[in-house]
Amino acid sequence: MNQALPQLFAKCKSENRAALIGYLPAGFPNQRSAKKIIKSMISGGVDAVEIGYPYSDPVMDGPVIQAASEQSLANGTGAEDVFELLAHSAQLGAPSLVMSYWSPIEKYGVAKFAAAITSAGGCGVITPDLTIEESATWRDESTRNEIDRVYVVAPSSSDARLKLVSAQCSGFVYAASLMGVTGTRESVSGNASGLVAKLRTTTQLPIAVGLGVSTKEQAREVASYADGVIVGSAFIKIIQQYGGGRKGLRKVKELAQSLSEGVRNGK
Amino acid sequence: MSAPEINAQALGHFGPYGGRFVPEALIAALDELTAAHESALNDPEFQRELTQLHATYSGRPSIITEAKRFAEHAGGARILLKREDLNHTGSHKINNVLGQALLTKKMGKKRIIAETGAGQHGVASATAAALLGLECVVYMGEADTKRQALNVARMKLLGAKVVAVTQGSKTLKDAINEAMRDWVTNVANTHYLLGTVAGPHPFPTIVRDFQRIIGVEARAQVLELTGKLPDAVLACVGGGSNAIGIFHPFIADTSVRLIGFEAGGSGIESGKHAATISGGTPGVLHGTRSYVLQDKNGQTVESHSISAGLDYPGVGPEHAYLNDIGRAEYRAINDDQAMYAFSLLCKTEGIIPAIETAHALAGALEIGNELGPDATLLINLSGRGDKDVQTAAEYFGLPL
Repeated sequence: MNQALPQLFAKCKSENRAALIGYLPAGFPNQRSAKKIIKSMISGGVDAVEIGYPYSDPVMDGPVIQAASEQSLANGTGAEDVFELLAHSAQLGAPSLVMSYWSPIEKYGVAKFAAAITSAGGCGVITPDLTIEESATWRDESTRNEIDRVYVVAPSSSDARLKLVSAQCSGFVYAASLMGVTGTRESVSGNASGLVAKLRTTTQLPIAVGLGVSTKEQAREVASYADGVIVGSAFIKIIQQYGGGRKGLRKVKELAQSLSEGVRNGK
Repeated sequence: MSAPEINAQALGHFGPYGGRFVPEALIAALDELTAAHESALNDPEFQRELTQLHATYSGRPSIITEAKRFAEHAGGARILLKREDLNHTGSHKINNVLGQALLTKKMGKKRIIAETGAGQHGVASATAAALLGLECVVYMGEADTKRQALNVARMKLLGAKVVAVTQGSKTLKDAINEAMRDWVTNVANTHYLLGTVAGPHPFPTIVRDFQRIIGVEARAQVLELTGKLPDAVLACVGGGSNAIGIFHPFIADTSVRLIGFEAGGSGIESGKHAATISGGTPGVLHGTRSYVLQDKNGQTVESHSISAGLDYPGVGPEHAYLNDIGRAEYRAINDDQAMYAFSLLCKTEGIIPAIETAHALAGALEIGNELGPDATLLINLSGRGDKDVQTAAEYFGLPL
């Protein structure tokens, strides 16, 4: 199996902190700027990167990522751009995953997609709308290509369901902090710590929490009970506000630095 | 630790189609809905309540009208219209809505959300919500709120909140996305009253089961009227709920051709259409695997049709399956053919059909001419056209 994520979480554990995971859609605001943004995120302290595959019907995403996806698709972003950005991120030394709705993966060809992740140096794929019941082919191909399978569980998941889904995960389990779509929130839902506690009884894997985390204080709070903190919309908002130029890149790095302090002060 | 066993059999597949492609957050609600539906099917009290609503509220059974003057244009074939347009709220949509609204009550939920294209499903949902004392929010593409303004007003009069969706193509597809986002957020107290036979399991099965009454009634009515089964059953297909409703009870009658008519828009070759089976490819959209209008990257392509209710780039998974096994046929009818049939039914029978339904009527002209005067065609007249008067007036250049 790919060792990138296990090594990262082991390192974070030895440093008594949580991992900081940053998300950016490929081709946003354009592919050239996206590469620089990834670099700024990593130099600011992001430990692992999720490259989003923009999709026309992102039902798990709030307005910020919807707008970013629409912009990226208008730029003509396709699978090759996703793999290119993934390779770029991996070359910068961060364990790098793709996050994609199922339709683009199935259309590309499941075996071909898994192979392309490996060739790009990626370590896994997060599939927010692929249920484990529909995963037979994906299980085979991700295993064959030695990449991690990350499924997303939610506060509404039953204990039996948590057990079933986490048993199919590798690398880490993605715990959605709340019932809802992606986007920044005033506060992190109280459901998140309870969900993580329940997951601890069903899985030995690291648990990363996403949805609604945007500030240092929130990162610190989540890091107190989770192994990883996932931030997406907050980075995208910066680019939407300041653009992908020098100012935007500086703000991205500052946010990464601030979140990075947060995940180091949680334990 | 060995992994617990996964049961993929119980997830509503139709051959390779159907299933569930949804965020894990919705699984508990989909399981709850599946259980509620299964128990309702065998619950005499539930069935009695639904039958009572049909008889005393929505007006079932709907009648059969023989369209003799229209038939003169359809090769002289015998044309029988199943009059779902006469249902309360003006279309077949109320059949499914009453069933799911009762399920909502059974599950103890107080709020329903719905998507709507033409507005018929939204109006039916708002109606059932008023009747049963439920809160109702309807998501509708902004483009559709304009071309179906009358139905927006109807929903508001009935006490529903109408949310105009401004994302993407601003039509039915985007209304469904927004409804799903609402559902992920509010699933604890909210039922998503999906209006067609698409979406994740159990929706394609539930909606079909509540729409089957069209075909069950029609089959008995045609047998009584003509002494035999029809040669073909025709319906328009967007998501496909009225079509599956009338087709399903005839599936075992292998002598009966089942023919669905999709919206060909400006013609399939133009790329501007909503004919998902005729012009699409297998893929995943809105939680189910079926035929989809998509590009080479699996991104959904915008559909086009003069009919808001058929303007959808997906189709129910059971239709995809019936197509692949050859049990049903699907053809495309373009905007102009549909509007010709629309006008013809108005002038020959005194019935203004919905523009959606006009696609099936255009299909009847085609099939009648192919089969000739010995054939009997049963057509699902799925909705009435009051809501389409403005669109039709613009199309025919009538001053308003």
